[in-house]
Amino acid sequence: MSLLQLENLSVTFGNFRAVDNISYKLEEGEVLGIVGESGSGKSVSSLSVMGLIDFPGKVGANQLTFAGQDLQAMPEKQRRKLTGSDIAMIFQDPMTSLNPCFSVGYQIIEALKTHQGGSKKALKQRAIELLTQVGIPAPESRLNNYPHQLSGGMSQRVMIAMAIACNPRLLIADEPTTALDVTIQAQIIDLLIELQRKKKMGLVLITHDLALVAEVAHRVIVMYAGQIVESGPAAEVFRTPKHPYTQALLASLPESSSGKARLEALPGVVPGQYDRPQGCLLSPRCPYAQEQCHKVEPDNQGPLDRQVKCHTPLDSEGRPAA
Amino acid sequence: MFQFIFRRLSLVIPTFIGITLLTFTLIHMIPGDPIEVMAGERGVSPERHAELSAQLGLDKPLYEQYFHYVVGIAQGDLGQSLVTREPVMNEFLTLFPATVELAICAAIFAILVGLPAGIFAAVKRGTVLDHSVMTLSLTGYSMPIFWWALLLMLVFSVTLGWTPVSGRIDVVYWIDNTTGFMLIDSWLSGEEGAFKSAVSHLILPSIVLGTIPMAVIARMTRSSMLEVLSEDYIRTARAKGIAPWRVIVIHALRNALIPVITVIGLQVGTLLSGAILTETVFAWPGIGKWLIESISRRDYPVVQGGILIVATIIIVVNLLVDIAYGVVNPRIRHNR
Ligand SMILES: Nc1ncnc2c1ncn2[C@@H]1O[C@H](COP(=O)(O)OP(=O)(O)O)[C@@H](O)[C@H]1O
Ligand SMILES: [Mg+2]
Repeated sequence: MSLLQLENLSVTFGNFRAVDNISYKLEEGEVLGIVGESGSGKSVSSLSVMGLIDFPGKVGANQLTFAGQDLQAMPEKQRRKLTGSDIAMIFQDPMTSLNPCFSVGYQIIEALKTHQGGSKKALKQRAIELLTQVGIPAPESRLNNYPHQLSGGMSQRVMIAMAIACNPRLLIADEPTTALDVTIQAQIIDLLIELQRKKKMGLVLITHDLALVAEVAHRVIVMYAGQIVESGPAAEVFRTPKHPYTQALLASLPESSSGKARLEALPGVVPGQYDRPQGCLLSPRCPYAQEQCHKVEPDNQGPLDRQVKCHTPLDSEGRPAA
Repeated sequence: MFQFIFRRLSLVIPTFIGITLLTFTLIHMIPGDPIEVMAGERGVSPERHAELSAQLGLDKPLYEQYFHYVVGIAQGDLGQSLVTREPVMNEFLTLFPATVELAICAAIFAILVGLPAGIFAAVKRGTVLDHSVMTLSLTGYSMPIFWWALLLMLVFSVTLGWTPVSGRIDVVYWIDNTTGFMLIDSWLSGEEGAFKSAVSHLILPSIVLGTIPMAVIARMTRSSMLEVLSEDYIRTARAKGIAPWRVIVIHALRNALIPVITVIGLQVGTLLSGAILTETVFAWPGIGKWLIESISRRDYPVVQGGILIVATIIIVVNLLVDIAYGVVNPRIRHNR
């Protein structure tokens, strides 16, 4: 039984499909990378797993299960018991993700109290432990700090402490370092990976950093305009990308041999609500697009653990199939 | 924090000078003087007029009168009423509790109704409930006090006979003035029905006076809540799996209240100025009615002194609001 399993999950806002029939699985203790440009539906799909999509957004799926429990069928109250305890999430901007009116201690203890309870003293002790675990020096005095007294890196550590407070089995990290200084980014990622290994959590790591995904993720999903265009073992996907979009993303990495700027690699932006093209959603930007690409939406091809959604998947040389 | 309070206090003196100058000028610009008003249609002979003017000090040049007045204030003396010969301060202190009682009840009404209405409207944004709250509050805000008072009086006092028309308590009761607050005094009197009578006299004036602040509070709470509800930390709170009411009441409201408290504080001005009309309509013996009457009598010291005291109260309350603002907002508490 997989830890998390989604099948044909869609999230719609009115008649706009922000997430369009995506399916993936995550095993216990596995790291899954999700990459893709801004607006490709990474956050929305993760929020739907957390149950945080608000009206008028609608979530629908053939299957959405956590450790065998059907998240869609269970009553709201029961689902909230999972949210924040077994399934936790940290967000992109730690500076705005903590409530400015409450101390660090209050916010951590609140997470503990909601799901576990315990005496005041025990809760405080546990909060100090958590701050120590995420590498915050002088944790006892930090408990009384307010968010505005913390740096970005420190805030993200507090967010992580809050997320792991109830020993989640699944942690979703939505671009956890995008808003931080470059020097801090590596520290936060190291911390996340260390915690993931120690606690054997499943980790969904959403990021722009392809090199990072290649390094730490077991599997990777590449999303474009709400769809999964390619998925597979991380190392393999990056060595021999099969989708032109993945290829373009890799080409835009500074260390890639071509050294081209991102826009050169793939001009244009992710289509939004009003400019969704017919056929393959990438077709207007794809250098290899042919006639059928503009008319017919491609199906997923290949074995289940190495799929690509393209009419002309790339071969090992990086050239489109005839 | 202390530095901040001192900075605010240093602005108070120029404000006071401005207020004295303004009220002095305006009241003297109204045609007619107290002697003519008191004499009424009978008129007064020029000799008698001059004699009385000299007695009241009204024969001196205006700048000298102003100077005299300001020196008096500096010594804590607001002068005497030209009509009753009572010190202005005494008259004020006698009448002020009635106004405070009315204003407090109006404020309680405004907060008790406005705050929840604003919260509900924000949480249920875009629904019928939201639209109704917004429409009603806009109506309340634009309702002329005079007209609104008469309308309520017509319906509830005259037609339905549920509430009395005017005054603070039924004339059959004779209540000792212990605290000046009729609710408390009537309670203490132990007379049967006195407290109930006091309450029923307060209801309509409180609603009338509280309507505009209520509308302002509801709208401010709604927009402040809407802003806060879209903040990242609300998403964080929900991601913890805490109950929705807790997200709203603990995480959102605490932040949303920061601007609302300022607005509530600013309503003290609205309440005191609104009290003038409300008290006049409901024959409520407070400072509003007192000021209106003293203007029509050209009782210069009362008008000047009364307005100065009211202005002082508003300034002090605003200062307290700023301090309260710092207490609920840790960012300000630490930075100042
Ligand atoms: N609450 C919402 N209402 C309408 N559209 C939304 C909402 N949230 C996100 N979207 C849209 O969904 C798409 C995917 O957004 P998102 O998941 O945030 O992208 P990513 O995280 O990959 O950058 C975007 O086009 C975005 O504008
Ligand atoms: Mg995102």
